Amino acid sequence: MLVTERKPIDEIAGFLAGERSVFLLGCDGCAAASGTGGEPEIRELKEELEARGIEVVDWKVIDFLCQKALIRTGLRPYRETLERADSVVVSTCGIGIQATATVLDLPVHPACNTISLGGVRGEWQGEERCLECGQCFLEFTAGICPLTACAKGLVNGPCGGAKDGRCEVEPEVRRCAWEVIYERLERQGRLDLLRRAPLQIKDQARMRPPTAIRGTRTWAVDMRTTEDATS
Amino acid sequence: MKLTDLFRAGRFVITSEVAPPKGTEVGEMIENAERLKPCVDAINLTDQQSSVMRLGSLAASQMLKARGIEPVFQMTCRDRNRIALQSDLLSAWALGIENVLCLTGDHVTLGDFPDAKAVFDLDSVSLLASAKRLNGGFDMGDSELSGRPDFCLGAVVTPGADPLELQLIKMEKKIAAGATFFQTQAVFDAESFGRFMERARPLGVPVMAGIILLKSPGMARFMNKNVAGVHVPDALIDEMAGAEDRPAKSVEIAARLARDVRELCQGVHIMPLGWEKRVPEVLGAAGL
Repeated sequence: MLVTERKPIDEIAGFLAGERSVFLLGCDGCAAASGTGGEPEIRELKEELEARGIEVVDWKVIDFLCQKALIRTGLRPYRETLERADSVVVSTCGIGIQATATVLDLPVHPACNTISLGGVRGEWQGEERCLECGQCFLEFTAGICPLTACAKGLVNGPCGGAKDGRCEVEPEVRRCAWEVIYERLERQGRLDLLRRAPLQIKDQARMRPPTAIRGTRTWAVDMRTTEDATS
Repeated sequence: MKLTDLFRAGRFVITSEVAPPKGTEVGEMIENAERLKPCVDAINLTDQQSSVMRLGSLAASQMLKARGIEPVFQMTCRDRNRIALQSDLLSAWALGIENVLCLTGDHVTLGDFPDAKAVFDLDSVSLLASAKRLNGGFDMGDSELSGRPDFCLGAVVTPGADPLELQLIKMEKKIAAGATFFQTQAVFDAESFGRFMERARPLGVPVMAGIILLKSPGMARFMNKNVAGVHVPDALIDEMAGAEDRPAKSVEIAARLARDVRELCQGVHIMPLGWEKRVPEVLGAAGL
């Protein structure tokens, strides 16, 4: 279970500056349970964006956006619609946003922050990894997480350590995340995004589980499951 | 004395560097710095380079300052969070240090404590921004300082990086954050450095070309294989291999590079890597 919270509409609308039409994507898994990515929330997001003059060409809620195969099949009927969209706004966890960015190779905007639950649940058996940082950076990094893909978690560009595109820390298994980000943006004709991105400073406080979430249903459900399993 | 004052006066600025010791015996470091003193404008003190634990660059900078040698205090983001970084900047100013080189830093896995916590709370860009903020009289949290520093802030750039565009974007970010001069990764090919400078010059910030004293063909091949953004051309490796007197050849090559970049940029930064005593020869032969 990954718990998400919707980013403020002003922040999302800010990501869309210069764009006219978007496609909205929700997730019926954890995001629906979090109240961020289910059908009602996507309809609400649609209304909020339309109220700001942004055209929503269509929307879709897919069962699990962390599953790239499900994204592919789920969006197959929307291929033509997607061509009319400048970008895709994805309302789900960091893994789902990254998986969508990988599958579509279109500009993808995060509509959510993934909240820290104190560690391990952001793991995923794939290249997309979410640190549950509570301040999603994916907007400025082509949908590739700089916190998990970069060995140093650098959010303002690469260090000087990559050699032949490989990370200085684990060259055998890691490419330089920022070179991968660069390549994707170059392919999409969006290199200016790197120049436009504001100075990023990590909010380490948001990387700890918020005390408020400990009283919520999602947290409790997860705790209950653990208790059931041991009783 | 700030490096920016020298650039502003139109000087071709020369810096070099020394490494603090692993231990408290600072004699050799001081000796190396004294040897460099007559022929350079300032000396960088490396911050536990390659993530190997050593005496700190802040203390070492102050030791040089006390001997009338202008230090460039190197700071990396590997070992300190934003509280410690800002605090050390205030300490540095209180100790009379005026030039700071802000770097992200190598990862701890490269050094002798691979099991240590790699901090990277800030990075080179946000460290520059926070130092500039301190210069303005406020800390990162917008609290007002009683007494402010006035640092000359520098950063590094890799002219041989690929893709170069990505490197230039980072360079622009560093300038926007507060960098007022750049020292570069080692340059071995003046022609490709010239192409980099064509892109860097319009940014309007002084650049000092990094020059490493090449000690042997093996060292060149090692750097080609292992050091990011460094490429020693085969012709230079062959020249080194064919030399009877390697130290003399090393000096000749470094001096030639320094001469070749003289008209392209605003200064040189010599990295002697243990051959400090040959730096005066290099600069002499280069006519600097």
